[in-house]
Amino acid sequence: MEQLKKTPLFQEHQQLKALMAPFGGWEMPIQYAGGIIAEHRWCREEAALFDICHMGEFLYEGDFEAGGLEGVFTFSVKSIPVGRSRYGFVLNESGGVIDDLIVFRLGLEKAMVVVNAATIANDFSVISSRLTGIASFTDISDVTAKLDLQGPHARAVLTRFFGDELGDIPYFTFRESSILGVTAIISRTGYTGELGYELFLPGDKARELWELLLSDERVRPVGLGARDLLRLEVGYSLYGSDIDQATTPLEAGLNSFVNFAKEFQGKGALLKQQQEGVPRIKVAFKVASRRSPRHGYDIFSREEKVGIVTSGAFSPMLSSGIGIGFVPPAMAAIGSSLTIRHEKVCMEATICELPFYRDGSLRS
Amino acid sequence: METYFTKEHEWVRVSEGVAVVGISDHAAQLLGDVTFVELPSPGKVVTQFRQFAAIESVKAASDIYAPLSGKVVAVNETLESAPEIVNESPEDAGWIVRIEPSDLDELRNLMTGAQYEEFLGGME
Repeated sequence: MEQLKKTPLFQEHQQLKALMAPFGGWEMPIQYAGGIIAEHRWCREEAALFDICHMGEFLYEGDFEAGGLEGVFTFSVKSIPVGRSRYGFVLNESGGVIDDLIVFRLGLEKAMVVVNAATIANDFSVISSRLTGIASFTDISDVTAKLDLQGPHARAVLTRFFGDELGDIPYFTFRESSILGVTAIISRTGYTGELGYELFLPGDKARELWELLLSDERVRPVGLGARDLLRLEVGYSLYGSDIDQATTPLEAGLNSFVNFAKEFQGKGALLKQQQEGVPRIKVAFKVASRRSPRHGYDIFSREEKVGIVTSGAFSPMLSSGIGIGFVPPAMAAIGSSLTIRHEKVCMEATICELPFYRDGSLRS
Repeated sequence: METYFTKEHEWVRVSEGVAVVGISDHAAQLLGDVTFVELPSPGKVVTQFRQFAAIESVKAASDIYAPLSGKVVAVNETLESAPEIVNESPEDAGWIVRIEPSDLDELRNLMTGAQYEEFLGGME
Protein backbone atom coordinates (compact mmCIF):
# COMPACT_ATOMS: atom_id res chain seq x y z
CA MET A 1 0.00 0.00 0.00
CA GLU A 2 1.17 3.48 -0.83
CA GLN A 3 2.43 5.45 2.15
CA LEU A 4 0.01 8.11 3.40
CA LYS A 5 1.16 11.67 2.89
CA LYS A 6 1.39 14.13 5.77
CA THR A 7 0.58 17.85 5.71
CA PRO A 8 2.98 20.45 7.22
CA LEU A 9 0.65 20.51 10.26
CA PHE A 10 0.93 16.81 11.12
CA GLN A 11 2.84 17.45 14.37
CA GLU A 12 0.32 20.07 15.43
CA HIS A 13 -2.50 17.54 15.01
CA GLN A 14 -0.61 14.98 17.07
CA GLN A 15 -0.02 17.53 19.83
CA LEU A 16 -3.76 18.29 19.81
CA LYS A 17 -4.44 14.54 20.15
CA ALA A 18 -6.38 14.45 16.90
CA LEU A 19 -7.89 11.21 15.71
CA MET A 20 -6.10 10.69 12.39
CA ALA A 21 -7.41 8.65 9.46
CA PRO A 22 -6.63 8.17 5.77
CA PHE A 23 -8.40 10.59 3.42
CA GLY A 24 -7.61 10.77 -0.29
CA GLY A 25 -4.12 9.31 0.25
CA TRP A 26 -3.36 11.62 3.18
CA GLU A 27 -3.26 11.07 6.93
CA MET A 28 -5.72 13.73 8.08
CA PRO A 29 -7.34 14.85 11.36
CA ILE A 30 -10.91 13.53 11.55
CA GLN A 31 -11.61 15.11 14.92
CA TYR A 32 -9.83 16.64 17.88
CA ALA A 33 -10.45 16.08 21.60
CA GLY A 34 -13.86 17.80 21.76
CA GLY A 35 -15.65 15.51 19.32
CA ILE A 36 -17.32 15.99 15.96
CA ILE A 37 -20.61 17.54 17.09
CA ALA A 38 -18.93 20.12 19.34
CA GLU A 39 -16.58 21.04 16.47
CA HIS A 40 -19.52 21.35 14.06
CA ARG A 41 -21.25 23.71 16.49
CA TRP A 42 -18.07 25.75 16.94
CA CYS A 43 -17.95 26.38 13.20
CA ARG A 44 -21.64 27.40 13.08
CA GLU A 45 -21.26 29.74 16.08
CA GLU A 46 -17.62 30.89 16.34
CA ALA A 47 -14.69 30.31 13.97
CA ALA A 48 -13.26 26.96 12.88
CA LEU A 49 -9.75 26.38 11.54
CA PHE A 50 -9.26 23.47 9.12
CA ASP A 51 -6.03 22.00 7.75
CA ILE A 52 -6.83 21.62 4.05
CA CYS A 53 -3.21 21.36 2.87
CA HIS A 54 -4.05 18.02 1.21
CA MET A 55 -5.99 19.72 -1.60
CA GLY A 56 -4.15 20.39 -4.86
CA GLU A 57 -3.18 23.64 -6.59
CA PHE A 58 -2.02 24.08 -10.18
CA LEU A 59 -0.61 27.30 -11.64
CA TYR A 60 -1.30 28.28 -15.27
CA GLU A 61 0.57 31.13 -16.96
CA GLY A 62 -0.13 32.02 -20.56
CA ASP A 63 -2.87 33.00 -22.97
CA PHE A 64 -6.09 31.23 -21.94
CA GLU A 65 -7.37 30.68 -25.51
CA ALA A 66 -4.10 29.85 -27.27
CA GLY A 67 -2.84 27.71 -24.37
CA GLY A 68 -6.08 25.72 -24.28
CA LEU A 69 -7.26 26.37 -20.69
CA GLU A 70 -10.41 28.12 -21.92
CA GLY A 71 -11.74 24.82 -23.32
CA VAL A 72 -10.94 22.59 -20.32
CA PHE A 73 -13.71 23.47 -17.86
CA THR A 74 -17.51 23.73 -17.96
CA PHE A 75 -17.12 27.48 -17.41
CA SER A 76 -15.14 30.20 -19.15
CA VAL A 77 -11.83 31.14 -17.53
CA LYS A 78 -11.24 34.28 -19.58
CA SER A 79 -14.57 35.77 -18.48
CA ILE A 80 -13.69 35.52 -14.76
CA PRO A 81 -12.67 39.02 -13.66
CA VAL A 82 -9.14 39.24 -12.22
CA GLY A 83 -9.47 38.82 -8.45
CA ARG A 84 -12.48 36.56 -8.65
CA SER A 85 -12.95 32.78 -8.73
CA ARG A 86 -15.44 30.32 -10.23
CA TYR A 87 -16.61 26.78 -9.40
CA GLY A 88 -17.19 24.10 -12.03
CA PHE A 89 -15.98 20.85 -13.54
CA VAL A 90 -13.55 19.08 -15.78
CA LEU A 91 -15.49 16.31 -17.57
CA ASN A 92 -14.71 13.12 -19.46
CA GLU A 93 -16.08 12.52 -22.97
CA SER A 94 -19.23 10.89 -21.50
CA GLY A 95 -19.94 14.02 -19.48
CA GLY A 96 -18.86 12.34 -16.21
CA VAL A 97 -17.12 14.48 -13.61
CA ILE A 98 -13.33 13.97 -13.52
CA ASP A 99 -13.23 16.56 -10.74
CA ASP A 100 -15.02 19.56 -9.30
CA LEU A 101 -12.72 22.52 -8.78
CA ILE A 102 -12.34 26.27 -8.43
CA VAL A 103 -10.34 28.49 -10.77
CA PHE A 104 -8.86 31.69 -9.33
CA ARG A 105 -8.13 34.41 -11.91
CA LEU A 106 -4.80 35.73 -10.60
CA GLY A 107 -3.95 37.96 -13.57
CA LEU A 108 -4.61 38.68 -17.23
CA GLU A 109 -2.75 35.51 -18.21
CA LYS A 110 -2.47 33.75 -14.87
CA ALA A 111 -4.81 31.38 -13.03
CA MET A 112 -4.71 28.93 -10.12
CA VAL A 113 -6.76 25.72 -10.28
CA VAL A 114 -7.72 24.21 -6.89
CA VAL A 115 -8.65 20.52 -7.00
CA ASN A 116 -9.52 17.64 -4.68
CA ALA A 117 -6.72 15.78 -2.90
CA ALA A 118 -7.40 12.27 -4.18
CA THR A 119 -7.55 13.44 -7.80
CA ILE A 120 -4.43 15.64 -7.98
CA ALA A 121 -2.31 13.35 -10.18
CA ASN A 122 -5.10 12.43 -12.57
CA ASP A 123 -6.40 16.01 -12.83
CA PHE A 124 -2.95 17.31 -13.64
CA SER A 125 -2.44 14.71 -16.34
CA VAL A 126 -5.93 15.22 -17.86
CA ILE A 127 -5.72 19.02 -17.88
CA SER A 128 -2.14 18.94 -19.23
CA SER A 129 -3.23 16.64 -22.07
CA ARG A 130 -5.87 19.18 -23.09
CA LEU A 131 -3.48 22.13 -23.21
CA THR A 132 -1.57 23.11 -26.34
CA GLY A 133 1.80 23.34 -24.61
CA ILE A 134 2.49 27.03 -25.21
CA ALA A 135 1.47 28.04 -21.68
CA SER A 136 3.23 27.02 -18.48
CA PHE A 137 1.23 24.65 -16.27
CA THR A 138 2.70 23.54 -12.93
CA ASP A 139 1.57 21.43 -10.00
CA ILE A 140 2.36 23.59 -6.95
CA SER A 141 0.46 21.38 -4.47
CA ASP A 142 3.58 20.26 -2.59
CA VAL A 143 4.73 23.79 -1.84
CA THR A 144 1.30 25.31 -1.21
CA ALA A 145 -0.54 25.22 2.11
CA LYS A 146 -4.28 25.82 2.45
CA LEU A 147 -5.97 26.67 5.73
CA ASP A 148 -9.71 27.33 5.93
CA LEU A 149 -11.05 29.77 8.52
CA GLN A 150 -14.83 29.41 8.65
CA GLY A 151 -17.56 30.68 10.95
CA PRO A 152 -19.47 33.84 11.86
CA HIS A 153 -16.38 35.30 13.62
CA ALA A 154 -13.97 34.50 10.76
CA ARG A 155 -13.91 38.08 9.41
CA ALA A 156 -13.27 39.62 12.82
CA VAL A 157 -10.37 37.20 13.42
CA LEU A 158 -8.87 37.81 9.98
CA THR A 159 -8.97 41.60 10.27
CA ARG A 160 -7.64 41.50 13.84
CA PHE A 161 -4.42 39.86 12.63
CA PHE A 162 -4.06 41.15 9.08
CA GLY A 163 -5.82 44.51 8.91
CA ASP A 164 -9.23 46.02 8.25
CA GLU A 165 -8.59 46.18 4.51
CA LEU A 166 -9.35 42.45 4.35
CA GLY A 167 -12.79 43.00 5.88
CA ASP A 168 -14.67 43.72 2.67
CA ILE A 169 -13.82 40.78 0.39
CA PRO A 170 -17.06 39.71 -1.36
CA TYR A 171 -18.10 36.07 -1.83
CA PHE A 172 -16.03 34.22 -4.49
CA THR A 173 -13.51 37.06 -4.52
CA PHE A 174 -9.93 37.01 -3.25
CA ARG A 175 -6.99 39.31 -2.44
CA GLU A 176 -3.30 38.66 -2.84
CA SER A 177 -1.99 40.10 0.37
CA SER A 178 1.26 40.18 2.30
CA ILE A 179 0.93 38.29 5.59
CA LEU A 180 3.71 36.79 7.77
CA GLY A 181 6.20 38.27 5.30
CA VAL A 182 4.94 36.30 2.29
CA THR A 183 2.28 36.73 -0.38
CA ALA A 184 -0.88 34.80 0.45
CA ILE A 185 -4.17 34.40 -1.36
CA ILE A 186 -7.08 35.22 0.91
CA SER A 187 -10.26 33.97 -0.71
CA ARG A 188 -13.84 34.42 0.48
CA THR A 189 -14.86 30.83 -0.24
CA GLY A 190 -15.39 27.67 1.79
CA TYR A 191 -17.17 24.38 2.28
CA THR A 192 -19.29 24.99 5.38
CA GLY A 193 -22.11 27.43 4.57
CA GLU A 194 -20.60 29.96 6.97
CA LEU A 195 -18.82 33.26 6.45
CA GLY A 196 -15.25 32.26 5.85
CA TYR A 197 -11.98 32.27 4.01
CA GLU A 198 -9.64 29.87 2.28
CA LEU A 199 -6.03 30.97 2.86
CA PHE A 200 -3.31 29.84 0.43
CA LEU A 201 0.34 30.45 1.30
CA PRO A 202 3.77 28.81 1.00
CA GLY A 203 3.83 25.46 2.80
CA ASP A 204 6.69 26.45 5.12
CA LYS A 205 4.47 29.19 6.62
CA ALA A 206 1.55 26.88 7.44
CA ARG A 207 2.57 26.24 11.04
CA GLU A 208 3.11 29.92 11.79
CA LEU A 209 -0.34 30.84 10.43
CA TRP A 210 -1.98 27.91 12.25
CA GLU A 211 -0.47 28.94 15.60
CA LEU A 212 -1.31 32.61 15.08
CA LEU A 213 -4.98 32.00 14.24
CA LEU A 214 -5.40 29.54 17.13
CA SER A 215 -4.04 32.14 19.54
CA ASP A 216 -7.42 33.88 19.21
CA GLU A 217 -9.88 32.30 21.64
CA ARG A 218 -12.67 32.47 19.06
CA VAL A 219 -10.76 30.00 16.85
CA ARG A 220 -10.57 26.24 17.38
CA PRO A 221 -9.23 23.45 15.18
CA VAL A 222 -11.96 21.44 13.48
CA GLY A 223 -11.47 18.13 11.69
CA LEU A 224 -12.75 16.56 8.51
CA GLY A 225 -15.55 14.71 10.37
CA ALA A 226 -17.31 17.96 11.25
CA ARG A 227 -16.45 19.40 7.84
CA ASP A 228 -18.45 16.60 6.21
CA LEU A 229 -21.53 17.39 8.35
CA LEU A 230 -21.18 21.11 7.66
CA ARG A 231 -20.97 20.67 3.88
CA LEU A 232 -23.84 18.15 3.77
CA GLU A 233 -26.16 20.43 5.76
CA VAL A 234 -25.75 23.08 3.06
CA GLY A 235 -25.94 20.53 0.23
CA TYR A 236 -22.43 20.79 -1.21
CA SER A 237 -21.33 17.76 -3.25
CA LEU A 238 -18.43 15.58 -2.10
CA TYR A 239 -16.29 14.32 -4.97
CA GLY A 240 -16.00 10.53 -4.92
CA SER A 241 -19.28 10.17 -3.01
CA ASP A 242 -21.96 12.34 -4.68
CA ILE A 243 -20.20 13.01 -7.98
CA ASP A 244 -17.67 10.94 -9.91
CA GLN A 245 -16.65 9.88 -13.41
CA ALA A 246 -19.97 8.03 -13.87
CA THR A 247 -22.10 11.03 -12.83
CA THR A 248 -22.81 14.08 -14.99
CA PRO A 249 -23.42 17.59 -13.62
CA LEU A 250 -26.99 17.37 -15.02
CA GLU A 251 -27.70 14.23 -12.99
CA ALA A 252 -26.19 15.90 -9.93
CA GLY A 253 -28.41 18.99 -10.32
CA LEU A 254 -25.36 21.20 -10.91
CA ASN A 255 -26.50 22.65 -14.26
CA SER A 256 -25.82 26.20 -13.14
CA PHE A 257 -22.06 25.49 -13.19
CA VAL A 258 -22.17 24.42 -16.85
CA ASN A 259 -21.96 27.11 -19.54
CA PHE A 260 -23.42 25.66 -22.74
CA ALA A 261 -22.48 28.83 -24.66
CA LYS A 262 -18.83 27.71 -24.76
CA GLU A 263 -16.95 24.60 -25.89
CA PHE A 264 -15.60 22.06 -23.39
CA GLN A 265 -14.83 18.33 -23.32
CA GLY A 266 -17.97 16.33 -22.56
CA LYS A 267 -20.36 18.98 -23.89
CA GLY A 268 -21.71 16.66 -26.62
CA ALA A 269 -22.65 14.03 -24.06
CA LEU A 270 -24.37 16.62 -21.85
CA LEU A 271 -26.36 18.05 -24.79
CA LYS A 272 -27.51 14.54 -25.68
CA GLN A 273 -28.50 13.90 -22.08
CA GLN A 274 -30.33 17.22 -21.96
CA GLN A 275 -32.35 16.17 -25.00
CA GLU A 276 -33.06 12.59 -23.93
CA GLY A 277 -33.48 13.27 -20.25
CA VAL A 278 -31.30 12.08 -17.37
CA PRO A 279 -31.72 8.45 -16.24
CA ARG A 280 -31.39 9.42 -12.56
CA ILE A 281 -31.20 12.63 -10.64
CA LYS A 282 -29.90 13.81 -7.30
CA VAL A 283 -32.42 14.20 -4.49
CA ALA A 284 -32.06 15.48 -0.95
CA PHE A 285 -34.09 13.83 1.78
CA LYS A 286 -34.83 14.29 5.44
CA VAL A 287 -35.26 11.24 7.68
CA ALA A 288 -38.24 11.10 10.05
CA SER A 289 -35.99 10.17 13.01
CA ARG A 290 -32.48 10.75 14.35
CA ARG A 291 -31.25 7.74 12.35
CA SER A 292 -28.36 8.39 9.94
CA PRO A 293 -28.57 7.27 6.34
CA ARG A 294 -25.08 6.43 5.10
CA HIS A 295 -23.19 6.19 1.79
CA GLY A 296 -24.23 3.00 -0.01
CA TYR A 297 -27.61 2.47 1.72
CA ASP A 298 -30.46 1.55 -0.66
CA ILE A 299 -33.36 3.84 -1.52
CA PHE A 300 -36.77 2.18 -1.87
CA SER A 301 -40.06 3.55 -3.14
CA ARG A 302 -43.06 1.30 -2.46
CA GLU A 303 -41.04 -1.90 -1.90
CA GLU A 304 -38.99 -1.37 -5.05
CA LYS A 305 -35.32 -0.44 -4.97
CA VAL A 306 -35.00 2.78 -6.94
CA GLY A 307 -31.63 4.23 -6.00
CA ILE A 308 -28.73 4.60 -3.65
CA VAL A 309 -27.61 7.01 -0.92
CA THR A 310 -24.38 8.85 -1.78
CA SER A 311 -24.05 10.98 1.38
CA GLY A 312 -25.83 10.76 4.69
CA ALA A 313 -25.44 11.84 8.29
CA PHE A 314 -27.14 12.99 11.45
CA SER A 315 -27.66 16.74 11.15
CA PRO A 316 -27.03 18.54 14.45
CA MET A 317 -28.86 21.63 13.13
CA LEU A 318 -32.01 19.72 12.11
CA SER A 319 -31.73 17.03 14.83
CA SER A 320 -32.58 14.40 12.24
CA GLY A 321 -30.96 12.23 9.63
CA ILE A 322 -30.32 13.88 6.26
CA GLY A 323 -29.03 12.51 3.00
CA ILE A 324 -28.36 12.87 -0.69
CA GLY A 325 -28.96 10.13 -3.24
CA PHE A 326 -29.90 9.39 -6.82
CA VAL A 327 -33.32 8.14 -8.07
CA PRO A 328 -35.18 8.12 -11.42
CA PRO A 329 -36.58 11.61 -12.22
CA ALA A 330 -40.18 10.33 -11.97
CA MET A 331 -39.60 9.68 -8.24
CA ALA A 332 -37.76 12.88 -7.45
CA ALA A 333 -40.64 15.24 -6.69
CA ILE A 334 -40.26 17.38 -3.55
CA GLY A 335 -42.41 15.92 -0.78
CA SER A 336 -42.29 12.33 -2.08
CA SER A 337 -41.78 9.55 0.46
CA LEU A 338 -38.80 7.21 0.31
CA THR A 339 -37.63 4.34 2.50
CA ILE A 340 -33.92 4.01 3.21
CA ARG A 341 -32.77 0.45 3.90
CA HIS A 342 -29.57 -1.30 4.84
CA GLU A 343 -29.55 -4.85 6.21
CA LYS A 344 -32.07 -4.70 9.07
CA VAL A 345 -32.04 -0.91 9.31
CA CYS A 346 -35.04 0.86 7.80
CA MET A 347 -35.97 4.54 7.93
CA GLU A 348 -38.71 6.68 6.41
CA ALA A 349 -37.64 9.83 4.58
CA THR A 350 -39.16 12.70 2.60
CA ILE A 351 -37.58 14.41 -0.41
CA CYS A 352 -36.85 18.05 0.35
CA GLU A 353 -35.13 21.07 -1.17
CA LEU A 354 -31.48 21.98 -0.64
CA PRO A 355 -29.94 23.37 1.41
CA PHE A 356 -31.09 21.49 4.52
CA TYR A 357 -29.74 24.31 6.68
CA ARG A 358 -30.41 27.88 5.54
CA ASP A 359 -29.36 30.10 8.42
CA GLY A 360 -25.58 30.08 7.97
CA SER A 361 -23.51 33.27 8.01
CA LEU A 362 -22.15 32.63 4.47
CA ARG A 363 -23.20 35.93 2.95
CA SER A 364 -23.17 38.11 6.04
CA MET B 1 -22.25 -4.20 43.58
CA GLU B 2 -20.11 -5.76 40.85
CA THR B 3 -20.37 -4.56 37.25
CA TYR B 4 -19.93 -7.29 34.64
CA PHE B 5 -18.92 -6.81 31.00
CA THR B 6 -19.27 -8.64 27.68
CA LYS B 7 -16.70 -8.92 24.91
CA GLU B 8 -19.05 -6.74 22.83
CA HIS B 9 -18.59 -3.96 25.46
CA GLU B 10 -21.96 -4.02 27.20
CA TRP B 11 -22.08 -3.75 30.99
CA VAL B 12 -24.65 -5.11 33.46
CA ARG B 13 -25.24 -4.54 37.19
CA VAL B 14 -27.73 -6.65 39.13
CA SER B 15 -29.48 -5.26 42.17
CA GLU B 16 -32.60 -6.55 43.91
CA GLY B 17 -33.42 -8.87 41.04
CA VAL B 18 -33.17 -6.24 38.28
CA ALA B 19 -30.25 -5.97 35.83
CA VAL B 20 -29.30 -2.52 34.50
CA VAL B 21 -27.61 -2.65 31.08
CA GLY B 22 -25.58 -0.17 29.05
CA ILE B 23 -22.48 0.15 26.90
CA SER B 24 -19.04 0.54 28.43
CA ASP B 25 -17.07 3.76 28.68
CA HIS B 26 -14.60 2.24 26.23
CA ALA B 27 -17.37 1.53 23.68
CA ALA B 28 -18.80 5.05 24.05
CA GLN B 29 -15.37 6.54 23.42
CA LEU B 30 -14.84 4.38 20.35
CA LEU B 31 -18.24 5.32 18.91
CA GLY B 32 -17.76 9.04 19.46
CA ASP B 33 -20.81 11.34 19.52
CA VAL B 34 -23.89 9.12 19.91
CA THR B 35 -26.78 10.43 17.78
CA PHE B 36 -29.44 7.72 18.05
CA VAL B 37 -30.35 4.75 20.26
CA GLU B 38 -32.88 2.19 19.05
CA LEU B 39 -34.59 1.00 22.23
CA PRO B 40 -36.53 -2.27 22.49
CA SER B 41 -40.16 -2.29 23.63
CA PRO B 42 -40.72 -3.01 27.32
CA GLY B 43 -41.77 -6.64 27.69
CA LYS B 44 -39.41 -7.86 24.97
CA VAL B 45 -37.71 -11.14 25.86
CA VAL B 46 -33.97 -11.07 25.21
CA THR B 47 -31.35 -13.82 25.06
CA GLN B 48 -27.80 -13.59 26.35
CA PHE B 49 -25.35 -12.44 23.64
CA ARG B 50 -28.15 -11.86 21.08
CA GLN B 51 -28.73 -8.43 19.57
CA PHE B 52 -31.63 -6.53 21.18
CA ALA B 53 -30.95 -2.82 20.46
CA ALA B 54 -28.85 -0.59 18.20
CA ILE B 55 -26.81 2.55 18.59
CA GLU B 56 -25.59 5.09 16.06
CA SER B 57 -22.89 7.74 16.26
CA VAL B 58 -21.70 10.33 13.77
CA LYS B 59 -19.14 7.77 12.65
CA ALA B 60 -20.80 4.36 12.84
CA ALA B 61 -23.86 2.17 13.51
CA SER B 62 -23.53 -0.75 15.95
CA ASP B 63 -25.65 -3.48 17.46
CA ILE B 64 -26.12 -3.89 21.21
CA TYR B 65 -26.17 -7.43 22.63
CA ALA B 66 -27.91 -8.63 25.78
CA PRO B 67 -25.46 -9.43 28.59
CA LEU B 68 -28.11 -11.60 30.28
CA SER B 69 -31.29 -13.40 29.19
CA GLY B 70 -34.57 -12.08 30.52
CA LYS B 71 -37.42 -9.64 29.97
CA VAL B 72 -37.04 -5.92 29.37
CA VAL B 73 -38.87 -4.13 32.18
CA ALA B 74 -37.79 -0.52 31.47
CA VAL B 75 -36.00 1.51 28.81
CA ASN B 76 -34.14 4.79 29.26
CA GLU B 77 -36.55 7.04 27.35
CA THR B 78 -34.35 10.09 27.95
CA LEU B 79 -32.04 8.72 25.28
CA GLU B 80 -34.69 9.23 22.59
CA SER B 81 -34.19 12.98 22.65
CA ALA B 82 -30.78 13.18 24.34
CA PRO B 83 -28.65 10.22 23.21
CA GLU B 84 -25.51 12.22 24.06
CA ILE B 85 -26.04 11.12 27.67
CA VAL B 86 -24.45 7.82 26.58
CA ASN B 87 -21.21 9.75 25.97
CA GLU B 88 -21.50 11.86 29.10
CA SER B 89 -22.24 9.00 31.49
CA PRO B 90 -22.06 5.63 29.71
CA GLU B 91 -21.96 3.47 32.83
CA ASP B 92 -24.54 5.35 34.88
CA ALA B 93 -27.10 7.92 33.58
CA GLY B 94 -26.58 6.57 30.06
CA TRP B 95 -28.04 3.14 30.93
CA ILE B 96 -30.10 1.65 28.12
CA VAL B 97 -32.52 -0.94 29.54
CA ARG B 98 -33.46 -2.70 32.75
CA ILE B 99 -33.94 -6.46 32.43
CA GLU B 100 -35.58 -8.95 34.75
CA PRO B 101 -32.97 -11.71 34.39
CA SER B 102 -34.17 -15.29 33.97
CA ASP B 103 -30.93 -17.03 34.96
CA LEU B 104 -28.34 -15.30 37.12
CA ASP B 105 -25.92 -18.20 36.56
CA GLU B 106 -25.29 -16.54 33.17
CA LEU B 107 -23.16 -13.97 35.03
CA ARG B 108 -20.42 -16.63 34.92
CA ASN B 109 -20.20 -16.08 31.15
CA LEU B 110 -19.28 -12.42 31.69
CA MET B 111 -16.10 -10.60 32.70
CA THR B 112 -15.58 -8.76 35.97
CA GLY B 113 -14.37 -5.16 35.79
CA ALA B 114 -10.76 -6.29 36.33
CA GLN B 115 -11.05 -8.98 33.66
CA TYR B 116 -12.57 -6.48 31.23
CA GLU B 117 -9.68 -4.06 31.80
CA GLU B 118 -7.29 -6.90 31.02
CA PHE B 119 -9.34 -7.81 27.93
CA LEU B 120 -9.14 -4.18 26.69
CA GLY B 121 -5.40 -4.13 27.34
CA GLY B 122 -4.97 -7.21 25.19
CA MET B 123 -6.84 -5.57 22.32
CA GLU B 124 -4.34 -2.78 21.86
